[in-house]
Amino acid sequence: MSHILRIENLHVSVNDKPILRGVNLVIKFGETHALMGPNGSGKSTLGLAIAGHPNYQITQGSIMLDDANLTQMQADERSRAGVFMAFQRPVAIPGVKTADFLRHAATNVRRPDRKEGQDLIPMREFRKELKAKMEQLKIDPDFARRYVNDGFSGGEMKRAEILTMAMLSPKFAILDETDSGLDADAVRLASASIAEIGRDKMGLLIITHHDKLLEHNPPQFTHVMLGGRIVETGGAELARELHDQGYDRIRKSYPDAEAANQQMIGKEEPLAV
Amino acid sequence: MTTSAMTDKLDSTETFGQPAFDRLLEKRIDPTWLTAKRKEAWETYQSIDWPNPRDENWMRSDIRGLRLSNFAPNIDESVEIPEGTPVRLLEGVDVSASVRSVNGMVVSESLDEALGAQGVIVGSLSRCARDHSALVERYLHSLISPKSDRFAALQAAMWSDGYFIYVPRNVRVEKPIHLHAAMADGQVDLSHTLIVLESGAEATVLFESSSPDLDAKGLHCGGIELIQHGNSHLRFVNLQDWGKGTWHFAHQRASVGRDAQLQWTVAAMGAKFAQVDQRVELVEPGARSQVNGVLFTQDRQHLVYNTLQHHKAPHCISDFLYKSVLQDRSRTVWRGMIKVSEGAQKTDGYQRNDNLMLSDSARADSIPGLEINADDVRCTHGSTSGRVDEELIFYAQSRGFTRSEAIRMIVTGFFQQIFDRITIQSVREALGAAIARQVRQYE
Repeated sequence: MSHILRIENLHVSVNDKPILRGVNLVIKFGETHALMGPNGSGKSTLGLAIAGHPNYQITQGSIMLDDANLTQMQADERSRAGVFMAFQRPVAIPGVKTADFLRHAATNVRRPDRKEGQDLIPMREFRKELKAKMEQLKIDPDFARRYVNDGFSGGEMKRAEILTMAMLSPKFAILDETDSGLDADAVRLASASIAEIGRDKMGLLIITHHDKLLEHNPPQFTHVMLGGRIVETGGAELARELHDQGYDRIRKSYPDAEAANQQMIGKEEPLAV
Repeated sequence: MTTSAMTDKLDSTETFGQPAFDRLLEKRIDPTWLTAKRKEAWETYQSIDWPNPRDENWMRSDIRGLRLSNFAPNIDESVEIPEGTPVRLLEGVDVSASVRSVNGMVVSESLDEALGAQGVIVGSLSRCARDHSALVERYLHSLISPKSDRFAALQAAMWSDGYFIYVPRNVRVEKPIHLHAAMADGQVDLSHTLIVLESGAEATVLFESSSPDLDAKGLHCGGIELIQHGNSHLRFVNLQDWGKGTWHFAHQRASVGRDAQLQWTVAAMGAKFAQVDQRVELVEPGARSQVNGVLFTQDRQHLVYNTLQHHKAPHCISDFLYKSVLQDRSRTVWRGMIKVSEGAQKTDGYQRNDNLMLSDSARADSIPGLEINADDVRCTHGSTSGRVDEELIFYAQSRGFTRSEAIRMIVTGFFQQIFDRITIQSVREALGAAIARQVRQYE
């Protein structure tokens, strides 16, 4: 399979305030990319703009998945085209069982032409698949009966997102700090799960501060974002450098981007999901 | 008689005047006690005013568009069930008895023979008032006073027919009893429902009302009385799905005796305007009641529910949960009251109302209240109202749901808490399907 996610000169505003100022990024199917950068640099914004959050206005540039222009699509169409984002703080949907939610989601993503009201994946078939995936990811079977993210601990939410990714098997997945707020064991488990499900089977864009996640998922490319732009790209060694030494060198090397970053974090926090 | 702007055009001296009432009495074959009761109610109807818009229960109601002259009481013999009238609560249900009415007149009745042999009575209220005269006389309008308001008086005087269910002592009716009220376009349903469970009796009653088409006009002015003696169990489901041009006025009362249990599920989806006065009285120690209310409105529908959970005896439990979802420019009003009488110690009362608005023009009024005259009680109440959360919609969309699928799912989830309380699976499914059908396509 060969697919390409191509982001060109992407400018994104939230409430008319510019956040991304010309992002260029190409991810091929099967590659792992790390996206790093200080707080407020625009990492989550890039993810949400790709996923199609309605509050993130694309003012310039394009996001293409193969020949399809994602920028023209609603979030659900992008999902059906093969884009997935694991959210930092996924919302709860009270009263909706995780299994029912995933069954509907998987049906729509696997059958992008499905019309509303048409049949879902047969219950028995879906349950079997879900059970197998949950065993693989060492997730308590009770999860399926619980309401979507409702009353979940931080770790449970992250694992539910990974399970969702496993069930939807997208072409490209953005993981937004899927390791944050977890203890060491949980990070190890999440990292191993992502490697098992994602590596070579999709294009991965991993937003992270941690090295554990990248240890299990060594990136071919590391991108550093500052002030709404990708200012530097390197290999796995760049991720290690940033993890060990922080962003001082980057901030000094790119004073314009640093100034933009300071200006952005001085403003209100952008909407996070 | 004074009138107000709300009701000055309401009256009709023709279709609902003295000649109409006289004709009705002449046509009917009622026992003397019933004729006397009707006359007494008619006196009340003629001597009191229409509800005053300054009255707390009516101040959020709008009945300016109601003209009684557009309607006439049905005193003729029954007609056919209008084609296309939906029946929603029967799917997958094996019933023990069934009564169907059209325009407030019963057209069919059936009852399992074995139950009849045990003394169970199910059928037309008019017929039962003759065949089981003493029994019906004892209970009819024992909970609803014709003086409650002018609609109650009109209904007590002119009720056309309805349903009577009687379950004798210690008899368990295993399979549900189904009641269906159909009303043709432009017609009137002045029906009354009377259900009596003797000590230790058990029954499940599924009662639905519907019109042959979505926009059907009509006038329903009805009453429901549920009388439960000691240790009886009643599950009562009431689905109001009239056409969206129908006026619906109802007084609904339950009286729950010692250690008896009532589970009352109300689902209201139909009618242009509805004013429902629902009261559950816990009259002897140990009585328990659970009320589950599901309201789903659209267009310019306006549904008003005034509920009262009245603890008259100690050690009783009442638990009311009403949830509404509103679309378009529709409006719901829920006014809940927990009343604890003097001496009703160890009362456990709970009421909650949650509203989910799917449009900016919808409006939900929620007015919980407590009136407590005992000092050792636990009463809690609460309400929430809010718009459907865009972040939830985006989350579902990012997982492949279309916007309208996402909203439908969020609405279903919102009602799930109530569905989890409803112990009859077919009812959960029927309501779930009806709700899913009604969620609009949202762009």
